[in-house]
Amino acid sequence: MRAPERIQALAAFVIKEMRHILRDRQTLTILLLLPLAQVVLFGFAIRTDVNDIRLAIVDAAPDDATLALRARFTGNGRFRIVATAATVDVLEPLFRRGEADVALVIAPGLARALADGTPARLQLITDASNPNTGTTMQTYAGAVIRTWQAALPGARQGVTIEPQVRMLFNPTLESVNLFVPGLIALVLTLVTAQMTAISLSREKERGTLEILLVSPLRPWQIILGKVAPYLLLAFANVVTALVAAWVVFRVPFRGSLLLLLAASTLYALVGLALGVLIAARTESQRTAMMGSMIGTMLPSTLLSGMIFPIASLPWPLQLVSNIVPARWFIVIVRGIMLKGAGVVHLWQELLVLTVMFTVLLAVAIRSFRARLA
Amino acid sequence: MTLAIEVRDLTRRFGSFTAVDSISVDVAVGEVFGFLGANGAGKTTAIKVLIGLLAPSSGSARVAGFDVLTQSEEVRKRIGYMSQRFSLYDDLTPRENITLYGGIYGLADAEIRARGDAMLNDLGIMHVADKLVSTLPLGWKQKLSFSVAMLHRPDVVFLDEPTGGVDPVTRRQFWEMIYAAAARGTTVFVTTHYMDEAEYCDRLSIMVDGRIAAMGTPAALKAEFGVSSIDEVFVRLARPATATAG
Amino acid sequence: MRALRFLLRKEFLQIFRDPALVRMLFMIPVVQLLVLSNAATFEVKRARMYVVDHDASTMSRGVVDRLAASGRFVRGGGSGSVALGDDALMRRDVEMVLTIPPGFERDIVRYRHTAVQLLLNAEDGAAAAVTQAYAREILARYATELGTELFPATALAGARAERPPVRGQPAVQVRTRGWYNAELDYRHYMVPGILVQLLTIVGTLLTAMNIVREKEAGTLDQLNVTPVTRSVFIAAKLIPLWIISMVVLSIGLVVAKVAFGVPMIGSLFLVFGGAALYLVAALGIGLWVSAVTETQQQAMFVNFSILMVYLLMSGLFTPVSSMPEWAQWVARFNPMMHFISLMRAVMLKGAGFADVARQLAVLATAGAVVLTIAVRQYHKRSA
Repeated sequence: MRAPERIQALAAFVIKEMRHILRDRQTLTILLLLPLAQVVLFGFAIRTDVNDIRLAIVDAAPDDATLALRARFTGNGRFRIVATAATVDVLEPLFRRGEADVALVIAPGLARALADGTPARLQLITDASNPNTGTTMQTYAGAVIRTWQAALPGARQGVTIEPQVRMLFNPTLESVNLFVPGLIALVLTLVTAQMTAISLSREKERGTLEILLVSPLRPWQIILGKVAPYLLLAFANVVTALVAAWVVFRVPFRGSLLLLLAASTLYALVGLALGVLIAARTESQRTAMMGSMIGTMLPSTLLSGMIFPIASLPWPLQLVSNIVPARWFIVIVRGIMLKGAGVVHLWQELLVLTVMFTVLLAVAIRSFRARLA
Repeated sequence: MTLAIEVRDLTRRFGSFTAVDSISVDVAVGEVFGFLGANGAGKTTAIKVLIGLLAPSSGSARVAGFDVLTQSEEVRKRIGYMSQRFSLYDDLTPRENITLYGGIYGLADAEIRARGDAMLNDLGIMHVADKLVSTLPLGWKQKLSFSVAMLHRPDVVFLDEPTGGVDPVTRRQFWEMIYAAAARGTTVFVTTHYMDEAEYCDRLSIMVDGRIAAMGTPAALKAEFGVSSIDEVFVRLARPATATAG
Repeated sequence: MRALRFLLRKEFLQIFRDPALVRMLFMIPVVQLLVLSNAATFEVKRARMYVVDHDASTMSRGVVDRLAASGRFVRGGGSGSVALGDDALMRRDVEMVLTIPPGFERDIVRYRHTAVQLLLNAEDGAAAAVTQAYAREILARYATELGTELFPATALAGARAERPPVRGQPAVQVRTRGWYNAELDYRHYMVPGILVQLLTIVGTLLTAMNIVREKEAGTLDQLNVTPVTRSVFIAAKLIPLWIISMVVLSIGLVVAKVAFGVPMIGSLFLVFGGAALYLVAALGIGLWVSAVTETQQQAMFVNFSILMVYLLMSGLFTPVSSMPEWAQWVARFNPMMHFISLMRAVMLKGAGFADVARQLAVLATAGAVVLTIAVRQYHKRSA
């Protein structure tokens, strides 16, 4: 077959694959709507800050001073008082049932102790089963006590070093700004790696792949035909996710849209190559799916910096995170969207993805051939 | 005459396409009924309605004395089905498949064993009884499907192209089994593409474009069309259909 | 019921005949638990800071020393130029730029008050927030230290030094205690949740693929022409994976104990009881997906969408109480949230039956509802 004919054959094949996907309305609808729904849902729902702290107060002998202290907590928007009791016995069940996060225990005779200058004893108990929120809540409660204390008559001030903190690129630490890049990565992984892995292994299972292989199309052309529609879908997904992020949440967009789309395409290609590799190495749709789930989804959420900072990982996992494509892609997307970074700043990440794509593709095609030979 | 299958004006549509167009068929108990038609004539759709896998769009059907729409569970207890596409478990052995279906139809353990062995012997596939089905050639898989469909001695058995892709010797064996079943009182409703097989049927119908174009004993049909074989009857009937379908 | 026995046997045979599947079923949760539990932490070990010290005094050097000595920060460069610091931040060479203004020491001595600037790269928001909190804490401690050194008479929160009481000069002692996780090991908190996550992913994926797989293979038609009832069919699909999931849970709990030292303060029986109910709901959702889809690809996709909502709205990674009101309502319908909170309460806090009765009730209801839907959505005859 001469080159033009071959191109024609390839085009026919790609069109056939597109029809296949377009005909399956249900899947297509989900594929197009899912990213949109996710950005909206999680943009609103996912908050890493702590803003509703349930407080239990143990005040054995209420007096003016304890009431003033309690008022400080009531007046603070972060705290919600769920119980007030005279003895500490109530705390244990409250904590066990998860109905209180922090308890403030005030020793009897607070007003007198303050007046006498004898130590007034307060105790802050936090549910530290979650150490993150536990520590944060403790800090907030401590701060309330300090303000109360500073306002006491006769209080003398100590030394303060005030940290003036500026958060660059995301001054309010808006969670949605941080999640959108991660979500884009996740959706792309799903549409590219997983869908390709499954659709190819489906053809393997059904034996239809063999029919394609005896056609004059070359193996790489068959693979290209199978992945091209998913590449288009991935592209549509990135655009919808971005539009949703911008329209609904006003997520800033400081860099070049063109660069972002180019990087997304590159990332999608890495995902597709990975999907082909998984399909080549597995026998059934079921194992392909399990494999792609474990091989792509979990690392993409947990070892990519999407939720947990890379810097927090123990060093062996930091090393592992280097081979997770999403890790590099998220840096690129965040860089472009939040910092307005350009190729000058991101060339290393882009290079890493390009290398990954080349290597994965080579391995995938080789193992596909080995399987079929 | 008691009827094993009683179909009245049965219609099944898929959207605007009418796959089965108001057909009426009666099959007597113990009869071997050939259900013929070109590819896409609506045979498989009609069978799926009769065995309760598809709901009819209109019309009614009774199988083994029960209405397929309202008493489908009663119907299911009394029928066997062998689908066109192999539909037993590839990752189980023949014996495991037989045991599964025997258990589902409520046969006792001893009965499952006895009947299973008898069938595997009759069909000459005893030696592969404990090999995975996926490793068997198509002909043997078909034999297995047949034995599973007949395992619980159903009143009516539906065979959708049982001999498709099977060698001539095995086809003969199949028809011997079919006759044996009919002799025991099982009604056989069978579709086929082989016109020589059609001659073995007590009666047959020929479906064209969702309708029944002709029905009767092989001899009567040949006489009606003035030809010497069912093959010719079929070609006569099917030709206009292929012409209009383009 | 007799039919159920045979169907169960068949399901088990099919699962155990697929070695790749069995390996994945038992190996992967363990490996993932070991890896992911270490990954799920916000703690930042060493943040690199760029120092711009305009004061160059004993106290300004003290600030830098304290930060470095804490082990949380490491000096990643320094100069007299803020612009150079900004550059380092932009290039991601450092995470924080610390700027100490001129007159830092003088202001402390004269006014007891001064300020430093912390510039953080908030591209990685979670890390930035944590890094900032560390820096604040270290600075506050250094301030207290300077206070007692320079002005010994001043009363301070948390000051250890006992001093004779002075009338009219209030003294407050705040003691802080963290219950249930004294060593503040984040993994103790995450391991039970991650275990639930893995159980759910593996379990629902397999159930979601199960019925639809038979649809694709054509074997479902053969089953549907038999008198097997819908509930027996669903039960036969559910029970094997339910049992396997319980086994995986047991293995996971052993790993949690041995590898991470996660305590089991409450009753193990309660954990398994909760799991028994939860798995019915979780696996039931998978079966429902499988009953309403036509291809494995579709099933996987629908299941994945449900899992995403499930996971991110379960309180596993981010606290449910921080969500807006409507999202908290959504989360209340998420069986996973209730099961995770039950696991955490029983394992870490020793919650008893009465403490988790509400969660158990929710899980039981969810299981019943989901199963009913799955059975009703599964049709032997297509319309």
